[in-house]
Amino acid sequence: MQPVIEIENLRKEYAGFALQDLTLTIEEGTITGLVGANGAGKSTTLKLILNLIRRDAGTIRVFGLDNREREAEVKAQIGVVFDEPCFHEILSPRQISGYMGALYPTWDPAFFRSLLERFSLPRDKVVKEFSRGMKMKLSIAAAMAHHPRLLLLDEPTSGLDPLVRDEILDMFLDFLQDERHSVVLSSHITSDLEKVADTIALIDKGRLLFHEEKDRLREQYVLVKGSTAQLEKLDRNQLIGVRTNEYGFEALARSRRQAALSGLAVEPPTIEDIMLFYTRGEKG
Amino acid sequence: MNIIIRNTGEVPIYEQIVVQIKNAILSGELAEGEALPSIRLLAKELRISVITTKRAYEELERDGFIVAIPGKGSLVAPQNLELVREEQRRALEQHLADAVCAARTAGISRRELTELLALLYEDEGSEEAEENKGDKGDTQGGERT
Repeated sequence: MQPVIEIENLRKEYAGFALQDLTLTIEEGTITGLVGANGAGKSTTLKLILNLIRRDAGTIRVFGLDNREREAEVKAQIGVVFDEPCFHEILSPRQISGYMGALYPTWDPAFFRSLLERFSLPRDKVVKEFSRGMKMKLSIAAAMAHHPRLLLLDEPTSGLDPLVRDEILDMFLDFLQDERHSVVLSSHITSDLEKVADTIALIDKGRLLFHEEKDRLREQYVLVKGSTAQLEKLDRNQLIGVRTNEYGFEALARSRRQAALSGLAVEPPTIEDIMLFYTRGEKG
Repeated sequence: MNIIIRNTGEVPIYEQIVVQIKNAILSGELAEGEALPSIRLLAKELRISVITTKRAYEELERDGFIVAIPGKGSLVAPQNLELVREEQRRALEQHLADAVCAARTAGISRRELTELLALLYEDEGSEEAEENKGDKGDTQGGERT
């Protein structure tokens, strides 16, 4: 696999927030989930990849091309969906297809129609009458209909019901059937990423804490529960975070093969567990 | 072929795929030259990561169970009988080691264990013989008396 996005030492400072020296490589043919709290820097990162905002330092290459020097070329091959659908409320999907066709030389009206059908979206109803789920599905169909190689999506599933979310996730998996395609999506619905992401990048307060294969995360970390007496015997260096309560403790530990873990309740952590312990777990 | 993925975290997902495909090949369910689903299709169907599926296929290839043919995907490799037997022997050894361990824990002597093993082996054999309608009738009959 070769990289589709290479970010090096990217910096962006706002008042009260800074994306600090972000270095991240995303492989082609994969789905990458950006996770992190609101305001952690996920959307800022996506906007910088699209060169929608100015950076203070660093380089970004997409498809091996510098995203500022070769901006038009790069953007022509990206499909973008942001949190808030951004079509004129008085247009219908049919009309949208018309103006998108004028915008993108590679726009494929027949493919767009098939995407609308797959999502059961009416072609002649105006967007104003669409539900939130329908609007999001329309945005995704519109982002895919010019045959991009890369989809960048900011919170594509937030505020949607489980059925619609599942339909959308399935669409991403279908898109990935072509190994030259890649998806990067930010989400705070970690269960969605659990379902489809190949790798997870955790961003907290403008810093990348890790970027790791999802399944390796589950192999590497373990959720341990036990009594406070048992906690004393554990090697604190192996614990990412600990939460104690009246009746015992809960901790995220590195490596399940520690001898000290025997006799403790051990569970595979969810991405949410990992995120919470990493970003907030006090070291006891 | 069925592949069941458990998310309990005890066995890594790629290992579950490797074991189940190996079993399908060893049992003959997947025949030599048969095409495996593409990495991306299997990943999508099972809703698992393409990276994990890729890792599983790489391991199967390294162990000689499948061959990757550019443009055609992955096919079941011609099975080396030696290799198959080796694999089965290794699995058997593991089971026996577990049995010995269980026997020690329960304070069962070596003699008792071997007797039990002999008994079980006979039982299996006689069941087989009945299914085969007396193919091995002579020897089985002889041992029973």
